[in-house]
Amino acid sequence: MDAYIYDAVRPPRGRGRPDGGLHEVTAVRLSADIIDAIIERNGVKPDTIADVIWGNVTQIGEQGGCIARSAALLSSLPDSVAGLTINRFCASGLEAANLAANQINGGHGAGYVAGGVEMMSRVPMGSDGAALVVDPSLAMNSCFVPQGISADLIATLCGFGREDCDRFAAESQRRAARAWKERRFERSIQPVHDRIGMLLLDRDEMLRPETTAESLAALEPSFRDIGTSLPGFDKVALIKYPHLEKVDHVHHAGNSSGIVDGAAAVLIGSRDFGTANGLEPRAKFLATAKCGTDPTIMLTGTVPASRMALDQAGMSIEDIDLFEVNEAFASVPLHFMTELGATHERLNVNGGAIAMGHPLGATGAMLLGTALDELARSDRETALVTLCVAGGMGATAIIERT
Amino acid sequence: MRDFSYSVDGDGIATIAWNVPGRSMNVMSWAGFAEIDALVRKGFADDAVRGIVITSAKEHFAGGMDLKILARMMAASDRAGRAKSFKEMSGVHGILRRIELAGRKGKDDVGKPVVAALNGTTMGIGYELALACHHIVCADRKDAQIGLPEIKVGLFPGAGGTVRLVRRLGLEAAIPFLFKGITPAPRKALAAGLVDQLAEPEKLVAAAKEWILNADEGATFKPWDQAGFRLPGGEPYSRKGFQTFAGAIAAINGATQGVYPAARAMMSAIYEGLQVPFEAAIRIETRWFAGMMTNPSPSSMIRTNFVHRLELRRGARRPRKVPATEIDRMGVIGAGMMGSGIALVAAQAGIEVELRDQTLELARKGRQAIEEILDSEISRNKLTPGKKGEILSRVSCGSGYAGLDSCTLVVEAVTEHPGLKAEVFKQLGECVGDDVVIASNTSSLEISSLAKSVPCPDRFVGTHFFSPVHRMALVEIVRGSSTSDQAIAVAFDFAQRIRKIPIIVNDCRYFYANRCIVPYLREGMRMIGEGVSPALIENSARQIGMPVGPLQLLDEVSIELAVHLANVTRKLQGEGYVADDADKVLFRMYELGRLGAKSGAGFYEYGDRNVRTGIWPGLGKEFKLREGQPPPQQVRDRLLLIQVVAAVKAFEDGILEDVREGDVAAVFGWGFAPWSGGPFQWIDGKGAAEVCKLCDRLSAEHGDSYSSPKLLADYAESGRRFHDKL
Repeated sequence: MDAYIYDAVRPPRGRGRPDGGLHEVTAVRLSADIIDAIIERNGVKPDTIADVIWGNVTQIGEQGGCIARSAALLSSLPDSVAGLTINRFCASGLEAANLAANQINGGHGAGYVAGGVEMMSRVPMGSDGAALVVDPSLAMNSCFVPQGISADLIATLCGFGREDCDRFAAESQRRAARAWKERRFERSIQPVHDRIGMLLLDRDEMLRPETTAESLAALEPSFRDIGTSLPGFDKVALIKYPHLEKVDHVHHAGNSSGIVDGAAAVLIGSRDFGTANGLEPRAKFLATAKCGTDPTIMLTGTVPASRMALDQAGMSIEDIDLFEVNEAFASVPLHFMTELGATHERLNVNGGAIAMGHPLGATGAMLLGTALDELARSDRETALVTLCVAGGMGATAIIERT
Repeated sequence: MRDFSYSVDGDGIATIAWNVPGRSMNVMSWAGFAEIDALVRKGFADDAVRGIVITSAKEHFAGGMDLKILARMMAASDRAGRAKSFKEMSGVHGILRRIELAGRKGKDDVGKPVVAALNGTTMGIGYELALACHHIVCADRKDAQIGLPEIKVGLFPGAGGTVRLVRRLGLEAAIPFLFKGITPAPRKALAAGLVDQLAEPEKLVAAAKEWILNADEGATFKPWDQAGFRLPGGEPYSRKGFQTFAGAIAAINGATQGVYPAARAMMSAIYEGLQVPFEAAIRIETRWFAGMMTNPSPSSMIRTNFVHRLELRRGARRPRKVPATEIDRMGVIGAGMMGSGIALVAAQAGIEVELRDQTLELARKGRQAIEEILDSEISRNKLTPGKKGEILSRVSCGSGYAGLDSCTLVVEAVTEHPGLKAEVFKQLGECVGDDVVIASNTSSLEISSLAKSVPCPDRFVGTHFFSPVHRMALVEIVRGSSTSDQAIAVAFDFAQRIRKIPIIVNDCRYFYANRCIVPYLREGMRMIGEGVSPALIENSARQIGMPVGPLQLLDEVSIELAVHLANVTRKLQGEGYVADDADKVLFRMYELGRLGAKSGAGFYEYGDRNVRTGIWPGLGKEFKLREGQPPPQQVRDRLLLIQVVAAVKAFEDGILEDVREGDVAAVFGWGFAPWSGGPFQWIDGKGAAEVCKLCDRLSAEHGDSYSSPKLLADYAESGRRFHDKL
């Protein structure tokens, strides 16, 4: 059975700090509000929803204990809708949607709310621990290094210099600013209000439209010290990549994704689900894929996952009109373009996480919504959404406008 | 009781004194454990005893575990053997834990404090015993070392040492002692928190007793046995601890390059142990330890670094019949880098040195070089200005040969020109009597051919030092065709006096060490010629545990010297010489004027003061990189095997007579993969048959230099080992 996307909604992304616009909202509240928004604005009959699948990375504290169930209970959905939390790190939001689509493909359940949340200002990244990082049996054998080192390693291997990365970052800022100016996100954005109805946030908060490649050039690389001196992660990376003499440290705060609070929801269902709710689908899932890669370089999974998805859909790179490649670090989309031959004109046309931020567990669902809106706006047919993933993984979805 | 004595004083304090008969240093055995356990129990049970002091009646406290115990555990490599090791170590833990719990069995029991009074050096199990006590007092003496050096032989402390030290100091502070095996002197040990108190040596036991008399019940509870204990610096999954652990893992991984299994095992034992109660942590440590004992690395390292090195140092290979020679006065001819280096180490060992060169000025320059080295030691607090004066006063400068007749030994260290050396020997021979041993520090000329210019060839011997002499541990003593045992013995006694490790080898070009090192250097260049990425070569070398990659080493020894040696080889081999990729690269570098570190340009680039800044980028253009780079494992295999094959050939040819020397020289001489215990231990660990297969694979692809020597094939065939098991 084919799976369709009926709608996508997200709150604006708030700066991931105590002075950020969403900092005072709980992760559960933001999740429940966005679930309610997508149900209400589409007039979905709650009994047609089989499950809420929610991506989240840092599952501790308020985000712990199956936040999907918490959010489902807090939302207007009946108790009979269960709630499933999943974690594929940065691709969790996309995997939630892919999982929903594949459940429908397999004939299990007609309608799903899929998406994710990450309140990075409230639940700090990494605070849930990870054997991957500190269990020596694992971390020493697999040569664990932090993502920033991996991103720098990609740049070194591919020959992306500091200027390439800064230019890409400045362009992301320019495109994001243009997208906001031209209200390209309007269809998906759901402003966030507090409990007495006052507006908390109605636009992505991180943007720095004045950014230029030249202004970025002044920033110090973020990972040089932990790479070259203490504790010296570069040496660990070179155990795996011995043909490199050293790692070039090109990433910094300005060409890496920003830390933000955010959530996103996608309404996914079968044809019958649409009929039952009187809804027309906006896009159809053509393929989904996920894969594992070397955990040290960690962030190259977009490429094999996308190749798998293209194969599955019987498509080539030329068949894709739009690409959304998560801008975890500038080298990630640059690597994707180099490897697959996707052009920058068709990739992240409305900017990305470098400009607007990357709320880990939510971003995948957010990118799906961004692609959906842009397909409609620019009257194009196919989009590929992909994210690199911590631990050396990747996930992709290919959708087609209906 | 054999190893420990027991007495109780008027204050009701029991003293247990360690004094293993027939040993200069206390070592712990199973019998020793049983004894100390019985004595501690006796003290706990005696109502008249209020506390116990554990000390030593010897010069020092303890050297560690009896090697026999370790050897037995290492030999038991199957599951039953590991289970037995686990059980035995659990027994040790029970003894230490009884001490730690102060004899309390139930909650309401009153504990009796136990104090470790460390009168001197305390290593390994000795310090683990102290860690289990409630207080550690240490004699304030400069000539003692405290700590856990197990990692240096590829092991880690397995009697609670990792569990207790990490809980005592926190992971970050414990790392240098556990993972580098640093064993500081008492004052530094106090500052680092390894011990609790220092006392004047003669008041040590009194201080320990005083502590007991003042101790309250709380003093008998370890922090980790009290409610609410938090690990200093945080547990692995605390916010701070998470960073610390991630960083520690990376730092250790980077430093060990993945070739020291003990570092990984210890880190796992620590991490896993910190997530469970103390007793469970001990079991986890014991499990990892019992598993580690069956890895070939520690037994190989123990043999080479410890057993064999000491055997050689104590003269296992010295000609037995020749009585020991006291060397009080010696001559050094040639005051260049090598000559002045030899003069320096001799003067440091209390020998009067006549340093000679063509002119007094040149000799003085050599003395100047010695002074500079001593000054740098002073600036690093390794030497006092007074000592420097003493050392320098032993070095007299001069020209000519007069006055050398009163020397026991004269070492020639002039430039490597046969003609020049012959002239020196001739003149020297005219000036000194037949009783003076003449040694040549040649590195590349055969002793037997140099001997032709020496009036008494039987008194002539090779002493091959490495540069810089004051840092390199090895000396090759080379027996020429006429060299007498007497000359060998004098050279040996000299090496022993200056605290070097002497190996005795037979004469051939390059002797033993350079026979192995030169192929390693050439293999690096050969790979460059083949288009292998220079970084891959250098990193692969480090990943087999070599301290320096072949290209860096070439820069350090200088391309000029390498060219000179290659030219000599050419001349020697004449028509039969086949130039290979290594020659192509070497001579091109020479042509380009990139002569190595001293010239500020070589395989590497150099910045201010000739500091290495990175691989020369032009290298990739000069020697085109291959399209597909070889798998790193292959590069690692090549760099290791090329040395191993050379070592086996040296043994096969009789240049090397004793494989113990082959291993010790490799590890201490040129830093051959220390984790392996040396080339012969490496073969034993892997199995000769397996090594032969590797030889076949590599020789099929990379030529005869990897062909398995006949001797190795024989060993593979018969299943023989080079060394007996520990």
